[in-house]
Amino acid sequence: MSKVRVLVGTKKGAFILSADGKRDKWEVSGPFFAGWEIYHVKGSAVDPNRLYASQSSGWFGQMIQRSDDGGTTWAPVGNKFAYEGVPGTHQWYDGTAHPWEFKRVWHLEPGLSDADTVYAGVEDAALFKSADAGATWEELAGLRGHGSGPHWQPGAGGMCLHTIILDPSNAERMYIAISAAGAFRTDDGGKAWKPINKGLVSNTIPDPTAEVGHCVHHVAMHKARPDVLYMQKHWDIMRSDNAGDNWHEVSGNLPTDFGFVIDVHAHEPETLYVVPIKSDSEHFVPDGKLRVYRSRTGGNEWEALTKGLPQKDCYVNVLRDAMAVDSLDECGVYFGTSGGQVYASADAGDNWTPIVRDLPAVLSVEVQTLA
Amino acid sequence: MLPQHLRTLAGLGAGVSAEVTLEVGAPVTMRTVLDALEARFPMLRGTIREYGTGQRRAFLRFFACEEDWSHEGMDKELPGAVAEGREPLLIIGAIAGG
Repeated sequence: MSKVRVLVGTKKGAFILSADGKRDKWEVSGPFFAGWEIYHVKGSAVDPNRLYASQSSGWFGQMIQRSDDGGTTWAPVGNKFAYEGVPGTHQWYDGTAHPWEFKRVWHLEPGLSDADTVYAGVEDAALFKSADAGATWEELAGLRGHGSGPHWQPGAGGMCLHTIILDPSNAERMYIAISAAGAFRTDDGGKAWKPINKGLVSNTIPDPTAEVGHCVHHVAMHKARPDVLYMQKHWDIMRSDNAGDNWHEVSGNLPTDFGFVIDVHAHEPETLYVVPIKSDSEHFVPDGKLRVYRSRTGGNEWEALTKGLPQKDCYVNVLRDAMAVDSLDECGVYFGTSGGQVYASADAGDNWTPIVRDLPAVLSVEVQTLA
Repeated sequence: MLPQHLRTLAGLGAGVSAEVTLEVGAPVTMRTVLDALEARFPMLRGTIREYGTGQRRAFLRFFACEEDWSHEGMDKELPGAVAEGREPLLIIGAIAGG
């Protein structure tokens, strides 16, 4: 019988939640790396027992941990993230020039064809690649060297490269997103990059339709339709049907289009999930109700999913990497909250149950579907 | 002496002594002690000194013989009592954060 393994990063450690394909009885293991911030944990699609974790601390800096046995044991691997050449400057919050400084790894994306290849999205924004299972890291400097780097500016959470999407149909194509620079695409394996932000409108920046400067919160893709992208921007849910060359808004009837997460059903490329958040100054769900919104039409028409979720006195947030879907026949959907709950739905969002309620604040959720 | 998180990271195990004994040739300085520590525990590279600058991470402090060595040069010789192993060199994490 199939199994699922949910990989949870929190502000004080990592946890692994495991269940069989029914997804009704869960085992919780952890905390791993207790006391450290775990921004992201993700498994390789090539070798599901190969996991990578980003472990960081304001005291001790960045570590990368690797497991080769599905998370039972871990070992630290390379943690040297050196920018290529002279890093230069980006804009600081007040518009002054600020030196590029490495702070942490936000996202780890294992390669699709090689378990030893893994990408890291870091703050201050840059993309690194390891071809030796995390032992050494090399910057894909064409991104930062694209020319617009001096105009990038941090979002409230820092100037982070938080989203990395590999195109399963084209090994040379990759998408990334940066707060607050926008989305970028490479078509040559990471050497050259182009901003893909046409159609985004951000009224909080000097030029609302600028080529770069948009606070993109997250981007999602369905592997069967890699040219279709969905984006949760600071405000606005956006859609592109041409690999990011143009975007149009699909926020439709959402109660608010601010938020962080966005994800796509494993088997229905037009079925999307978001969790609307009240506003950029009030980072919690509106009206005290935790509602996942689902669109079965690729956006614009949204329905609230509430069964099993608190509908009063709830004021949690769901961060950008804290939602994931499994690929079982009946698609499972998972998300974690700033209140330490991890919710699961084994029926594509119709019904929800908490797997755990009292973890530290959840930073990221990934899921592995195991044979 | 190492903070708990670095002892765990170095695989020294929970509940063990915070003290690590190192053989360091002369001159015994912060740099040569940290070089020896990182040679023995490579996973600690980057956790005490920043990569690139080699400087002390901001939320760590160094103490020797009841004196704060955090702002002394990395190449200044440590007190003889530390060099001879009679007194510990303390690496302390700041009491801060949530």
